[in-house]
Amino acid sequence: MSDTDDHDHSAEEHSRRTVLKAGAVGAVAVAASGGMETIAAGSPADVRTAPPAQAPTADITLRVNGVERSLTVESRVTLLDALRERVGLTGTKKGCDRGECGACTVLVEGERVKSCMTLAVMEDGREITTVEGLARGDELHPVQAAFIRRDAFQCGFCTSGQIMSAVACIQEGHAGSDAEVREWMSGNLCRCGCYPNIVDAVRDAAKGQAK
Amino acid sequence: MKLFDYTRVSRASDAVGLVAGRPGGAFIGGGTELTNLMKDGVLAPDLVVDVSRLDLSDIRVSRGRLHIGATARMGDVADHPVVRERFPVVSEALLASASPQVRNRATIGGNLMQRTRCWYYRDPGSACNKREPGSGCPALEGQNRWHAIHGGSDHCIAVHPSDLAVSLTALDATVAVLGPDGRRSVPLGDFYRLPGSTPHRDNALRHGELITGVEVPQSPLAAGSRYLKLRDRASFEFAVVSVAAALTRERGQVGDVRLAFGGIAPRPWRSPEAEDALRGRRLTRTTIAAAGRALVEGARPREHNAFKVELVQRALADVLQDLGGLK
Repeated sequence: MSDTDDHDHSAEEHSRRTVLKAGAVGAVAVAASGGMETIAAGSPADVRTAPPAQAPTADITLRVNGVERSLTVESRVTLLDALRERVGLTGTKKGCDRGECGACTVLVEGERVKSCMTLAVMEDGREITTVEGLARGDELHPVQAAFIRRDAFQCGFCTSGQIMSAVACIQEGHAGSDAEVREWMSGNLCRCGCYPNIVDAVRDAAKGQAK
Repeated sequence: MKLFDYTRVSRASDAVGLVAGRPGGAFIGGGTELTNLMKDGVLAPDLVVDVSRLDLSDIRVSRGRLHIGATARMGDVADHPVVRERFPVVSEALLASASPQVRNRATIGGNLMQRTRCWYYRDPGSACNKREPGSGCPALEGQNRWHAIHGGSDHCIAVHPSDLAVSLTALDATVAVLGPDGRRSVPLGDFYRLPGSTPHRDNALRHGELITGVEVPQSPLAAGSRYLKLRDRASFEFAVVSVAAALTRERGQVGDVRLAFGGIAPRPWRSPEAEDALRGRRLTRTTIAAAGRALVEGARPREHNAFKVELVQRALADVLQDLGGLK
């Protein structure tokens, strides 16, 4: 590669970053104007007529495990990737990345969702709870303790999703029988096949919370 | 995912205007379908308009009709006391769909707009007339275990995946639509198109039109309805075949009856022939079997899905025996 090429390359990078930064600022201005809440970068005219030339970004705020996190993310970033790659909370796992395995389950405003199937921009302003937000200091959440007591995992990859789903399952009142737990935990797969122990753990935790 | 502009609007008319004004525009509701299609490169909208926070999530009965807003979540509708008591087939179909996490996010409008699960459609490395008109249909001579036995064409034999749509078809629901030219309503029976030679057009909506809600007439039929879904595993799976049945009984005979089926056709499959075989007759094993034969009359199974011809009759018999107290 010649010196000239290098020079051209860095100049292009510089201008692209400048554009991105300007785009992000533009989004704030647009969001504050008119009856339309526009999150994407660029002017309303861009949004209306032309495909984006560079990655549109948005400034968003997520309240993750009680802490406000302000991020600038591309519109195509999923909540899962924002949590893992931007916020740095890697307890939430990426399994299939298609909503089929449940490893990425988190709570949004207290409800369980698959974080791979929602865009981070769509969750702007919302309260997110990940597996890192369950314990109180050294005291495990009752569902976490039940998973350990009942040996409800082998490799552990699905476990944080199982636990988040179980917390919601119990909260919803869907843990009254083994059959009910199996149906209402069906969105979480375990390739190690620990299902019997997972059902036991969820039932244990549900009974403990009912006392 | 390809790059796209994202915007969230607070008025349905703004959403319609934005998508209508951009050929590559798309609505997003819960995101549980579009995000997958974008990741896999099946769809690549360059503008995504988020309608999930529109004030269209109400669920209520007025003037003898159940109104379900388009942004109501599947889980909330399934759990609603009025839906459970007066429209059980709708609640049962929703609870048999997806997983709790998906039902917490997926919207009613998005559910009706979901795309086929045909593996050739979902794989951009394969030809598919629905995804890429004119490229061919590998399912015709390929892996077609999941595919249609009714309503297919030489261009496409994909089946529609929505359980909700099957239940709403049985109850003669209508879809409320807002478009650039105003509001209109489309009976669900006319909403989904058969593939013919244009399988890329799934439904009656024009670009920029947004589903704003669904209306279902309240009736004794709706109150006496059931949904049965047969799957390859116990839960969290699409239907191999499914049945939505609604009927009333007068002096031991079938008064009125509606039957719709999933997993056997490119759209929710209503069977007037099977209904005629039951109307005015007693529910017996003989009349039920006759309805099943009427249902599969003219069916065109393929190499790997001939079992559906038998299975869907058994599923129908199971539901009718349940409704008729013959079990």
